[in-house]
Amino acid sequence: MIIPNDLLYTESHEWIKREGENIRVGITDHAQSELTDVVYVELPKLERQVNAKEPIAVVESVKAASDIYAPVKGTVVEANKALEADPGLINREPYGQGWIFVLKIENADDLKNLKDASAYKTQIG
Amino acid sequence: LRKVTLSLVSVVTEAAARKTPLYDEHVRLGAKMVPFAGWLMPVQYTSIVEEHQAVRNNVGVFDISHMGQFIVAAPPSSQKIGGEGAAATWLNRMLTNNVDKLDVSMGQYTFLLNDRGGIIDDLIVYRIDEQKYLLVVNAARADEDFAWLQNHLEESLSLTSRSADFGAAAIQGPQTMALFHALFGKDIELPARNHIADLSFNGTNVSVARTGYTGEDGIEVFFPANDAVKFWSALLERGKPLGIKPCGLGARDTLRLEMCYPLNGSDLSPERNPIEAGLGFFVDLGKPDFVGRDALLKTKEFGPLERLVPFRMKEKGPPPRPHYAVFRNGERIGEVTSGTVSPSLNWGIGMAYVSSAHAKIGAEIDIEIRGQKFSATVEKKPLYKKPAP
Repeated sequence: MIIPNDLLYTESHEWIKREGENIRVGITDHAQSELTDVVYVELPKLERQVNAKEPIAVVESVKAASDIYAPVKGTVVEANKALEADPGLINREPYGQGWIFVLKIENADDLKNLKDASAYKTQIG
Repeated sequence: LRKVTLSLVSVVTEAAARKTPLYDEHVRLGAKMVPFAGWLMPVQYTSIVEEHQAVRNNVGVFDISHMGQFIVAAPPSSQKIGGEGAAATWLNRMLTNNVDKLDVSMGQYTFLLNDRGGIIDDLIVYRIDEQKYLLVVNAARADEDFAWLQNHLEESLSLTSRSADFGAAAIQGPQTMALFHALFGKDIELPARNHIADLSFNGTNVSVARTGYTGEDGIEVFFPANDAVKFWSALLERGKPLGIKPCGLGARDTLRLEMCYPLNGSDLSPERNPIEAGLGFFVDLGKPDFVGRDALLKTKEFGPLERLVPFRMKEKGPPPRPHYAVFRNGERIGEVTSGTVSPSLNWGIGMAYVSSAHAKIGAEIDIEIRGQKFSATVEKKPLYKKPAP
């Protein structure tokens, strides 16, 4: 299972990449492998304001629908439209073209509550 | 990701679930194991879509050892002169279909109903001897079925559960016949559709029934639990040149839903009867008496309030799921009981109970998904038809 060292993680299996004032968010390799066969992604609306741990997107596999949560408080500034035509990107490139949305974060200190790669690795065992 | 967290919770409850004789094989093959009907079963090995396609295009194998097997038998002396046997007479009172239609070695799909006509279980009954029947029932209902039958049993008959003694595998797909011959020998004849035969596999007696739950040609093989691993390994080995894949419950569900085969617990329940479910074909109302008959006659006379209908989404969008509400012109008319993205069609499909007025082929309905309505059309069965070769 790939867990890149330069990313942050949530307990609910989202990854977070810091990009200045923004964070890019997707689901981890572990999460996509548990879901398999992603068939539909409901993206968040742009400019939506969200709190940490608020459901913000939905990833649907053949078997089930799963909520994706905002890792920290912020505003949606980008959503990955490519997933509408090709939701399988989440399976093929979970850390790359399979990203889901970008949040403009309110307070960079909030990121301190997230897990680093080794803590996430411990969590999934 | 809520569901992923849930799947970790399921590991905690693992100890409470039963394991089939093939459990270690599934783990070895890298299956994701989930609790299902009190058993720990593979939901998928690699991917639901890949496993689904293996069954549609080549051949797939499912562990169905969790299903229940009961034997109903009567001593030969209880055979009435010029009439059907005591076992048949009793089964005809317990089940909806007519067992008198069964010659020895034939099986039929049928229902076990409660007094209100509600479905306790859907099952297959095989006549395996003049006065001996095999009932293959759903895992989730096996205990309840057995208790119900035991309570209604006639003294002259014996009812035995053989569920723990047998393992079982469903071999499904267009390459079934080739795999059958590779396993049992090229001169051995495949049983006819809905028939069962006892065959020898490497010195072990197994029962092979030509049936399935996928819409493809297929067989279900019952073998002694002790020989389960031997049989499973042999069929994966000999199926390799045919493109065999072990398949989990995920693919089993998408395959059956494309064919509109009902799943007990989702599409069928003690609150629903076979007529509402559109399965009246498997009910013989001409039989003088069977449990639930009065209720079904009433449903037939007045027409059911709701009917189970297959539907297809109009546009590519979020897949329908069980319990989503169904609307028509803004009015709520029913609820989805099964739904998924069909791997064969790459399109949202499902089944729903809707008020009878709207249960017509071609009717336009809306499925509410996370507060938003998506159009769908009531279709005829099955939702997927194989393209002509």
